[in-house]
Amino acid sequence: MPNSTAENQETISEEIAAIHAEHSARAEAAGRPLSAHPPRNFAPYRSTMLRHPTHELVRADPEEIELVSPAFGHTDVAAEENDLTIQHSGEPLGERIIVTGRVLDGEGRPVRNQLVEIWQANASGRYVHKRDQHPAPLDPNFTGVGRLITGDNGEYRLTTIKPGAYPWKNHRNAWRPAHIHFSFFGSAFTQRLVTQMYFPGDPLFGLDPIYQSIVDPAARQRLVAQYDHDVSEPEWALGYRWDVVLTGPRSTWMEPEDSDHA
Amino acid sequence: MPDAPLGQTPSQTVGPFFGYALPFPGGPQVAAPWHPESIRLHGTVYDGAGDAIPDAIIEIWHADSAGRVIAERGSLDRNGHTVTGFGRSAVNRAGEFEFSTIKPGSTRADAAPYILVTVFARGLTHHLFTRAYFGDEVERNEGDPFLATVDPLRRPTLIAAPDAQNSYRFDIRLQGEGETVFLDFDAEIYG
Ligand SMILES: [Fe+2]
Repeated sequence: MPNSTAENQETISEEIAAIHAEHSARAEAAGRPLSAHPPRNFAPYRSTMLRHPTHELVRADPEEIELVSPAFGHTDVAAEENDLTIQHSGEPLGERIIVTGRVLDGEGRPVRNQLVEIWQANASGRYVHKRDQHPAPLDPNFTGVGRLITGDNGEYRLTTIKPGAYPWKNHRNAWRPAHIHFSFFGSAFTQRLVTQMYFPGDPLFGLDPIYQSIVDPAARQRLVAQYDHDVSEPEWALGYRWDVVLTGPRSTWMEPEDSDHA
Repeated sequence: MPDAPLGQTPSQTVGPFFGYALPFPGGPQVAAPWHPESIRLHGTVYDGAGDAIPDAIIEIWHADSAGRVIAERGSLDRNGHTVTGFGRSAVNRAGEFEFSTIKPGSTRADAAPYILVTVFARGLTHHLFTRAYFGDEVERNEGDPFLATVDPLRRPTLIAAPDAQNSYRFDIRLQGEGETVFLDFDAEIYG
């Protein structure tokens, strides 16, 4: 239901442009690049306003516990959990896709044996969630949740349905570009990352205050998967490639190269 | 190996719809409540208006009781006796989270023991890290080199207060009066 009292897209877009310009000017004046992560104070995304800390974060030297991640293995996750299209008796509706890539640290080393968690809307843009009020149909054959453990080269691969765009209540006529939510663990807990993967060429990118909360255009681009015809499977599914980089303090504890993966 | 370090993949909010994906069975029971050394760590997450946040999700990660980092696989397993050190609790509609776990040992002789706490929420573009130290470790907290660097007026936000036998309360305030001290483990990540 349109909310006539809510702000319009023009207001939100102007605010986004002003904040981007302010961050660029500040980075230029300080002679440093823009931050890859979004600022937590990003008013065009209205829910940030009461949820961002106003104090500067306090610098802390990571202790040992922060320089390692919990260890996961194949007892934690079943192999078929990386296929979101086989969890029900029938096939979900929508465009079947394969998403694959590698999880790497800042030096390009694979993040292996780590947990990846995935959640998304169905092809109509609806989540299986009681708070999702979007009047689009649920799909009885799609829950939209998956998990996997990265392989020896940091690789992951999942099969799913291309999610639909969906409306939200940030402002009048606000729509999220189609996206898949991802959660990653790095080799250190300080590399923990929750993010969203997008699809190339989405016309909603410029309008979305969540995507635009990342002030660095090059960093924003890193959330957009590439269509990869070599990943597509004939008569079956379209393929996308998306690599993920988790930087941050280096782990002092490295898994031995020859360790088993039981 | 690339010549230049690779660009960090940016964070995005966890959003409101993680409910079927991130919580897992037994996630808040890092140690079973009947474990002989079990403690309760609980609290409420508040926003800048002082209202409880009903859609945050909290992770904890800590060493074992001897201060050793737990490296066995199976951190999502809940077999009733293994303590993995990793837990996850979505808050309830009143913004409350609750873990049962054990009190970790300190990982360094001169440091006080603590639990690493990570906060994710709708409206939070990038998660926040903090640490829950223990209110009944007064001496060790006073000698802790990190706590010594924190503004004494804000230091209490890092202390889980004993509120019953083997129970500690650790409220998290994202903004405003009594705002929790959140941590930066690295310089800003650029590029
Ligand atoms: Fe979403």
